[in-house]
Amino acid sequence: MSTTVPVKAPMSGAKKQTPEFVQLLDPDGKRLSDELYDPWVSDVTGDQLASLYEDLIIVRRIDTEATALQRQGELGLWPPLLGQEAAQVGSARTLRPDDFVFSSYRENAVAYCRGVKLPDLVRVWRGTAASGWDPFEIGMATPAVIIGAQTLHATGYAVGCTFDGVDSVSVAYFGDGATSEGDVNEAMVFAASFNAPVIFFCQNNQWAISEPVGLQAQRPIADRAPGFGIPSIRVDGNDVLAVMAATRSALDRARTGGGPTFIEAVTYRRGPHTTSDDPSRYVDPVVAKEWEAKDPIARVEAFLRSEGVLTDELAASIQARADEVAAEFRAGCLALKNPEPLSVFDNVYATEHSGLARQRSQYTAYLEGFDK
Amino acid sequence: MTIETTAAQPAAAPAPAETVTMTYSEAIRDAMRIAMAKDPAVFIMGEDVGTYGGAFGVTGELINEIGPERIRDTTISELGIMGAGVGAAMTGMRPIVEIQFSDFTAQAMDQIANQAAKIHFMLGGAVSVPMVIRAPGGSGTGAAAQHSQSLEAWFVHIPGLKVVMPATADDAKGLLLSAIDDPNPVMVIEHKLLYKTSGEVRTGDIRTPLGVAAVPREGKDLTIIATGVEVSRALEAAEILAADGIEATVVDPRTLKPLDSDTILRTVKATGRVLLVQEAVRTLGFMSEVSAIISESDAFGYLRAPIKRLAGLDIPIPYAPKLERASVPQVEDIVAAATDLVRKW
Ligand SMILES: Cc1ncc(C[n+]2csc(CCOP(=O)(O)OP(=O)(O)O)c2C)c(N)n1
Ligand SMILES: [Mg+2]
Repeated sequence: MSTTVPVKAPMSGAKKQTPEFVQLLDPDGKRLSDELYDPWVSDVTGDQLASLYEDLIIVRRIDTEATALQRQGELGLWPPLLGQEAAQVGSARTLRPDDFVFSSYRENAVAYCRGVKLPDLVRVWRGTAASGWDPFEIGMATPAVIIGAQTLHATGYAVGCTFDGVDSVSVAYFGDGATSEGDVNEAMVFAASFNAPVIFFCQNNQWAISEPVGLQAQRPIADRAPGFGIPSIRVDGNDVLAVMAATRSALDRARTGGGPTFIEAVTYRRGPHTTSDDPSRYVDPVVAKEWEAKDPIARVEAFLRSEGVLTDELAASIQARADEVAAEFRAGCLALKNPEPLSVFDNVYATEHSGLARQRSQYTAYLEGFDK
Repeated sequence: MTIETTAAQPAAAPAPAETVTMTYSEAIRDAMRIAMAKDPAVFIMGEDVGTYGGAFGVTGELINEIGPERIRDTTISELGIMGAGVGAAMTGMRPIVEIQFSDFTAQAMDQIANQAAKIHFMLGGAVSVPMVIRAPGGSGTGAAAQHSQSLEAWFVHIPGLKVVMPATADDAKGLLLSAIDDPNPVMVIEHKLLYKTSGEVRTGDIRTPLGVAAVPREGKDLTIIATGVEVSRALEAAEILAADGIEATVVDPRTLKPLDSDTILRTVKATGRVLLVQEAVRTLGFMSEVSAIISESDAFGYLRAPIKRLAGLDIPIPYAPKLERASVPQVEDIVAAATDLVRKW
């Protein structure tokens, strides 16, 4: 298929459901037109959209498998991304290898798109390593678990790119809850002052553990950025095409010296905060149901079927591929080796220092005591 | 709005203690319930403390009794929570602020170290900051390097703050109620592993005074001084040691600042051997100070053995459960070190 993803004029009288955000594919899979953002995805072919669809299916499958692994006692914890697939895939798939991502714990689909080795996704959650992967291999730092800290790192990295004179962009992923932290706000001030090529990509999944977004923000989160002098886009985070368009426009601004952009991807965390959370305590099931109807995958599927790109055969082969990936992921996870006791002294400092060396040798002697 | 505060008045002498069994976490909740019922100036702020009942379930269902006005879910902003708490305390409220993990006090540190701790001093005593900061510390739950630290020494190092580390359910309640009464900012470092442990807790509006150590066990051979979760490990070790004919005294300072050095020195003189146990990293930990206090005092002359410290390795807490366990003192380490001290000296 070489047709590009067509724009159909909305039926007369039809209103966008939530007019205050960019949406190119509505929940029923109808292609809406948007003068400003259509050009950013005018080159996306049906096949390319099918490939994004495959990504969405695979990352959801990995997520399901990881939750199962945690339930089976193979992982200490897992932060599910169910519902947020489009926000992550749509943005991460637009990046170049030389761009750099600073994320928090939930961005497993971003890591997948950056090319992480599957078991590396759970190396930490299985307790087998302090760090999942080499950041420079995939252009993505290992996730931050201190809320908001990574937005400053992304800003510093972006300033570094301007020093180097390269047009790489750094992307900070964070949540709606994080926007209340000083770090995030200070990052925006800093980025604006130095015109840093950074994208602040906020997945507003409506929750910060049990706290609804209404506690963090009295207005749409995207409205905050202009006050810092940063242009912002509010996008339907469950619309992979719209997310792609928004991210491309932000990347273009950053690469051409226009500085930072703030993107609020409006989405919904359909699972628990982590596997140790029970959201039934605070989630209204009616609202949760409404969000299920805005599923990020179903709309792409409906659209691709209506365009004749997705056949039953192709859908089945994508599903089979996702199952294969999940099996490979599981096997890779189970094969991860426990770390050696003395490894606790590794990487505490970049170079060995005498005090720690002394503790290492005392500890070695202590461990040897057990062999006697 | 003016609010009558009764909390600053001395506590009524409690009637002879009636006790019930409850968990450490229920005991903290009980203390907050009692304080809030008595004094409308007492309120709670923190992340997920409302409907969710706290990340570790400590506030639990309190919101249903007290309401969202006084049990406030805040924005995800530790600096904000702390600073707003300082402001509220300056105007006569008695905030109890919860920081979800004590590691995140790092975000709030300006308001703790430069503001809460200094305002009374820098305003010439005109204003006090009667705020309680509750924060769970410690390792053992598989929460890795940024959610497992034992940072008590940071706070002890800041003049103007009081610091308590309850090790039992009863102390968790009694110390918290004393902290709420106290006109100074008090840092209450709870331990995640203790939340679900149970003990006998005195009922009603009781107190454990700040600045008074507990001696939960007396024995003639050595003094084990421990804090936080290491107190229960020391007591468990003492049982094992007793079976081997070694009688240990166990001292739990309970309040790190102000420290009850009298009790420490008295017990050290009585046994002549000291084992200090902390979960925090070794270098410049709280027990370094205890060691120095003993060395500088006349108790030094009573020592028959060098002072021995057991502490966490000087490393970030690893995620792997076995490594995590190995990086801080466990019961068997205490038994081995105590046996060594007594047998060698
Ligand atoms: C500084 C800090 N404060 C609090 C926490 C505890 N915590 C972990 S996740 C979370 C909620 C974050 O919500 P949000 O930023 O919306 O991200 P989401 O989990 O929804 O992806 C909180 C409060 C933390 N890890 N770090
Ligand atoms: Mg969120």
